[in-house]
Amino acid sequence: MRFLRHIGRYMIMLFSVFRRPTKAIVLKELILKEIDDLIIGSLGITAFISLFMGAVVALQTSLNLDNPLIPKSLIGFATRQSIILEFAPTFISVIMAGKVGSYITSSIGSMRVTEQIDALEVMGINSLNYLIFPKIIALLFYPFLIAIIMFVGIGGGYLASVYGNLVSSEDFIVGLQETFIPWHIAYAFIKTMFFGILLATIPSYHGYYMEGGALEVGKASTTSFVWTCVAIIISNYILTQLLLS
Amino acid sequence: MIQVNDLRKSFGGEEVLKGITATFEKGKTNMIIGASGSGKSVFLKNMLGLFEPDAGEIIYDGEPLHEMEIERKSELRKEMGMLFQHSALFDSMTVEENVMFPLRMFTKMRLHERRERANEILDRVNLVDLNKKMPSEISGGQQKRVALARAVVNNPRFLFCDEPNSGLDPNTATIIDKMVQEITHERKITTVIISHDMNSVMEIGETIIFLKDGKLAWKGTNEEIFRTDNKAVTEFVYSSNLFKKVRIAQNEGF
Repeated sequence: MRFLRHIGRYMIMLFSVFRRPTKAIVLKELILKEIDDLIIGSLGITAFISLFMGAVVALQTSLNLDNPLIPKSLIGFATRQSIILEFAPTFISVIMAGKVGSYITSSIGSMRVTEQIDALEVMGINSLNYLIFPKIIALLFYPFLIAIIMFVGIGGGYLASVYGNLVSSEDFIVGLQETFIPWHIAYAFIKTMFFGILLATIPSYHGYYMEGGALEVGKASTTSFVWTCVAIIISNYILTQLLLS
Repeated sequence: MIQVNDLRKSFGGEEVLKGITATFEKGKTNMIIGASGSGKSVFLKNMLGLFEPDAGEIIYDGEPLHEMEIERKSELRKEMGMLFQHSALFDSMTVEENVMFPLRMFTKMRLHERRERANEILDRVNLVDLNKKMPSEISGGQQKRVALARAVVNNPRFLFCDEPNSGLDPNTATIIDKMVQEITHERKITTVIISHDMNSVMEIGETIIFLKDGKLAWKGTNEEIFRTDNKAVTEFVYSSNLFKKVRIAQNEGF
């Protein structure tokens, strides 16, 4: 029952986010600020993780290739497929649930605790629109971040393979281009877009409706991270079934 | 003027407000007093529309709040100012941005006009040279004054203050009280103040209602409160040692 109550309230929240919009010029500034905080601010850490994950994927593929009949170009192929299909959209989204999700929950939760949300409401401002709508719009730009992550991840695989003498540069690039299916890129971006909306709304929900003090802000951040991850993992399976099977 | 009729509110089966009827007059500082847990904050939140009452009505200048569409409620709220107990300043904004916020949201003023207006009102609450500071960089008393400036910058018709001087030293508390009263008189605002500070009641309580266990136990003025024989009120008023001693002194003819 409690779970259903949360689902219901989450749906009502999503509906209310788009009602009584804030003044356009103010929203524009808020959206730009959120893009800076949530997308550009996450570029460094996600690129760093992606670079090394790409390298590890290449390294592990190479270590498992002991059959001389299997071409070395498979390292490039495996790196590309792992990064594009799963690693960049899903694994990075789980990391973003920790980084961006916790930030969103704690910042909105702190505003709830210190009555800043009440202050917005008393002024006649739709606080859900003011606080959450800019985050949803900012995270619609999430695929741009993931595109960079894909590039960096594959770059990491290339560097580890070529400079680790696992495969020649030519073979790696041949592997990258082998049986390339453009739909896989579209699939990855569709997933990313969906995860972006989850990343904006689930942590916002936990922050907005939290009750209590500073301790509860911390608890809400943890809960929001868990539920965002659960939602990402389950929707990843459903989307993969729908889009790839 | 705000008229409240037979206001009732329960939480989880427990009735917190048990049918309160009160009138808050325009151009006066109307105070709501009572011990902790008497229902003051719930009463105020119902008046602000942050809680939905179970029964009763709240009428703002002849317009019942419960009959208003959500858009009309939003419009009404633009005419309200609120001074929160813990100031509730936006911590991502500077002092000046906090004060300019209502102007930015609800007026077509240009930046220099907003800045001019904000500085004018900050000057009015005796705050200068703090414009670029963040709320975390100023004292509690200064935060309260910034919050008061934000509450009145857009010339509200209704001003609500939730324990405006809690946690402040007596001097700063008196300054805040006086400012609220002066602004109320100057602009003919309907001001509603929640407090359990008897100094404030004596200083600025032009009309007072006393709540006890979710009911209206007494109403009167700051002169009448010291003459009443209402047991609940006298217990509350003379719970402070200072007031007890003053009363004993009065009785002994000093």
